Amino acid sequence: MALIKLAVLFLAASVCLCSKHKSEKVPKLVNSQYGSLWPLPQSAQISVTAFQLSRSSFQIVHAPKSSAGSRCYLLGEAFRRYFEYTFGYSKRLNKDRKQSGAGAQVSELQVLITSSEPQCDGFPSVSSDESYQLTVDQPTAVLTAPEVWGALRGLETFSQLVYKDEYGTLHINKSEIKDFPRFNHRGILLDSSRHFLPLKVILANLDAMAMNKYNVFHWHIVDDQSFPYQSSLFPELSKEGSYHPYTHVYSPADVKMVIEYARIRGIRVISEFDTPGHTQSWGLGQKGLLTPCYSGEKPSGTFGPVNPILNSTYNFMTQFFKEVSSVFPDAYIHLGGDEVDFSCWKSNPDIQKFMEQQGFGTDYSKLESYYIQRILDIVTGTKKGYMIWQEVFDNGVKLKPDTVVEVWMGNALEEELHNVTSAGYTTILSAPWYLDYISYGQDWQKYYKVEPLSFKGTDAQKKLVIGGEACLWGEFVDATNLTPRLWPRASAVAERLWSHKDVRDTDDAYSRLSQHRCRMVQRGIPAEPLFVGHCDYEYRGL
Amino acid sequence: MLKNRAASCNAPLVSESFLGDVLQLSCAALLLLAIVPPAQGVWPLPQSLSSSAERYPLSPREFNFLYGKGSAVQPGCTVLDTAFKRYFRITFSGYSGGKPLTVNKQPGCVSPDGLWCGSAPLAALVVNVHKGGCDGFPDLNSREDYKLSIADGLGSLSAVSVWGALRGLETFSQLVYQDQEGTYYINKTDVVDFPRFPHRGLLLDTSRHYLPVRSILETLDAMAYNKFNVFHWHIVDDPSFPYQSPTFPNLSSMGAFHPQTHIYTMSDVKQVIEHARLWGIRVIPEFDTPGHTQSWGKGQPGLLTACYKGSVPSGTFGPVNPMLNTSYQFMSMLFNEISSVFPDSYLHLGGDEVNFACWKSNPDIQQFMKKMGFGTDYRKLESFYIENLVRIVTALNKNSLVWQEVFDNAVKVPADTVVHVWKGNKEQYSQEMSSVTAGGFKVLLSAPWYLNVINYGQDWMEAYKVEPLGFNGTAEQKKLVMGGEACMWGEYVDATNLTPRLWPRAGAVGERLWSDEAQTSNLDTAYDRLAEFRCRLLRRGIRAQPLFVGYCDHEYERI
Repeated sequence: MALIKLAVLFLAASVCLCSKHKSEKVPKLVNSQYGSLWPLPQSAQISVTAFQLSRSSFQIVHAPKSSAGSRCYLLGEAFRRYFEYTFGYSKRLNKDRKQSGAGAQVSELQVLITSSEPQCDGFPSVSSDESYQLTVDQPTAVLTAPEVWGALRGLETFSQLVYKDEYGTLHINKSEIKDFPRFNHRGILLDSSRHFLPLKVILANLDAMAMNKYNVFHWHIVDDQSFPYQSSLFPELSKEGSYHPYTHVYSPADVKMVIEYARIRGIRVISEFDTPGHTQSWGLGQKGLLTPCYSGEKPSGTFGPVNPILNSTYNFMTQFFKEVSSVFPDAYIHLGGDEVDFSCWKSNPDIQKFMEQQGFGTDYSKLESYYIQRILDIVTGTKKGYMIWQEVFDNGVKLKPDTVVEVWMGNALEEELHNVTSAGYTTILSAPWYLDYISYGQDWQKYYKVEPLSFKGTDAQKKLVIGGEACLWGEFVDATNLTPRLWPRASAVAERLWSHKDVRDTDDAYSRLSQHRCRMVQRGIPAEPLFVGHCDYEYRGL
Repeated sequence: MLKNRAASCNAPLVSESFLGDVLQLSCAALLLLAIVPPAQGVWPLPQSLSSSAERYPLSPREFNFLYGKGSAVQPGCTVLDTAFKRYFRITFSGYSGGKPLTVNKQPGCVSPDGLWCGSAPLAALVVNVHKGGCDGFPDLNSREDYKLSIADGLGSLSAVSVWGALRGLETFSQLVYQDQEGTYYINKTDVVDFPRFPHRGLLLDTSRHYLPVRSILETLDAMAYNKFNVFHWHIVDDPSFPYQSPTFPNLSSMGAFHPQTHIYTMSDVKQVIEHARLWGIRVIPEFDTPGHTQSWGKGQPGLLTACYKGSVPSGTFGPVNPMLNTSYQFMSMLFNEISSVFPDSYLHLGGDEVNFACWKSNPDIQQFMKKMGFGTDYRKLESFYIENLVRIVTALNKNSLVWQEVFDNAVKVPADTVVHVWKGNKEQYSQEMSSVTAGGFKVLLSAPWYLNVINYGQDWMEAYKVEPLGFNGTAEQKKLVMGGEACMWGEYVDATNLTPRLWPRAGAVGERLWSDEAQTSNLDTAYDRLAEFRCRLLRRGIRAQPLFVGYCDHEYERI
């Protein structure tokens, strides 16, 4: 999914801007009745009655009847985080300062977990319950959720309801929110192979994801260009295949930290180890894994995809995926399977012989399927489910019923969704959300207007669409520009995947999203501006 | 400083089949991994540079920048004292005060010619400046040429002015690199260098989004690394008026996004000007009128033209009202202040994109048009305004820069006015360059360098391929091209994304305006140097984005 898009490079000729400040369709500045809420809850009643919040007395606490108590450190961390988001960035008010008037106060937010299995120590999954209900009243606001995952989403919403008046006093309006996600899989793909992404950047983006109610970090961790994943079983992979064996790798401790940081924010980490193509960097540390390409009768010295005819290949993959499946706790692994270039296989006489033996004729997609089938069986043996790019489905590989097919090709998108779901597979959509493609202007609107279920199909088919992913491929992105390029553009996708399908008013969205991006900036995320204007607190970093 | 030339390419990892795809990207640069000596990594490329494999170690503990005995400037020279300090830190950016240098590494000496071994260290760079003057400001005629010679363990830099010395120090800092063991080296090198164009500018727009002062200062640093020498400060415009005027404080208190947090105080402005001066950068402010002035109207009632709907005022306002004496009295006072605050001899007066609809709607304006005999040609009214304004500015002993419309509309302006070309595609802007220079005016090019317009991929190449003298015209006409400016308009840019959007893309413009065009026509070699240079920018703390896949030894580690 990475190379084809590169072809557009040349098409992107420089555009003539025939006016210096070519004004384009800029949404009207309206004052949304929903303030700065993003993504918009499924149901929100916000009254005009406003209460005050005081830094010195306000607390977030476990409700007495909550099934999660003080031992639930996931919530404890979240309480602290959201307290800081709510109060930490405002100038500390003088404690002695009299509260103006006799304004009623919200002095407590009680968090009530109702399920007997609150999931404090668990990992989020595709079936996690993220629903919650939030009642803001004085003196106590109550956040009710079956599981901690919903509580995390509700805490974010609570923090978004708080606003400051012109004297700096914090307020929150009497409100009633009932909320749940429209889609269960709401992901961001980051590519740490084409450029290495320092841990700090990944963690900051997990923070930003939580602010936008994303719940899947799709970690495209290795690819042709580099292999930064440090494997315990095969240390040579990163030693030889990374940009640098010490400064440009993810150690087991780094990976653990990412997974835990994500977990306590209700975010799954799905790792992608893409094969048999996109594996040039694997070959550097695992000799014999890739197919030697031939130039005429002699090996040319270059290598192609994973060699699918050797037992050693499958022995390696069995051990490797055993490790991966224990390192990454999520029930799914992404196996890639996209963009396999057949020219090297075709050049290799051993492969040709194997094709003959297997009766594949000259149809190399059969060889690809043969390989993928065996990889899928290997991964099934580790008790994991798998995700794959759409080619694997297109080539007719036999898939487990719970396979998730990721649709990334923009041409014939609706047809593909129709085909995948009528074959009974679950699917996620990323084709319209390749955020690495940049263009001048407010392209967030384009991402926002996408309707994932607009394809032809039965209700049962539509239910198989479990969500989507915003992808930020790494050809032109590293730590210097990743965050402003991703946010708030990915926020547009977040609302599409969380909120009700009828939430489509771009004027209203513009108003809320502008405020939401300023909030991200205030929380330390350098989210870029949507258009002309300002934030009360501009980004202070460099 | 970098492990190898390919530091930002992934070439060691790509197979032929992958290269096939890469070639489609015209990143053929990935193929060109021929080992070039470190000395060629200088960006922008010097006019003449020769170097050999002979190299000298440098010890951060012992190395010194020194004033030459015969130099016209000596210790106490603000510009160079500051520059020495700054360039020491930049040159030895990995140095933490730790291990002493091991010179004469004879045991490990493997070079067949023996030249790489045992060379005496380079103990100092001796700087000679022929003409004094450390407290002035750079201007259009400043001499920026310099000669740099590193030989026999001696470094010498000579320049006519301190501004040339600054350019030479930058080149020197780029010639120093670290080997695997961390030892700093510089090769035997001779550089004779001078800029192709005297005006190499960068425009920042602080009206559409406010840019904190530290963002501006950082941009000035990066400009100096790219040998830019003009900061065109598009300081105010329709959306906001952040310039705090002592004469008219209401302009910013009413017209800024916020009267305290989103303004430039007099001390901010002075800090920017002084920071720029110490880098040899001119600051040219733009106070664009009569259009682009919505924010002015808030703090200066009566300045803008009241628009009419039928026979009643609609409550909205158009361009500056050109028929009132009060308008010119105001401009006179404001520009009087501006011309003393900003020391540069040029002011940018704008004059672009004037929308006539509001003027047309206003009955008083209509009457004035009649009185003046302008008929219905509102361009004449615009010209009337601009001519008055230019008269005011000329009386203040300042020269004017104007956007091309002023020329297009045949406004009578003094002969030394510089026309700034910003419109259209290659054919259109070339035609305009022809016409302006045929009219005898000096000209600046920006049309192909609107860096706020972004595209997927390596769009720096488009900016790089521009030839500012590619228009039809005589040699005399071409001499009127002062240079050009990269523009970063602010619709979609603030402190969150300014730096990565600007760098290293503006570097392409920097080289086009500094270097010899015949030596810099190859995109592949440019790619190699620019990729290395962007890693150098990262090392200096500038958040410059990548050109393509690859890595830097030291990645950006902040958020």
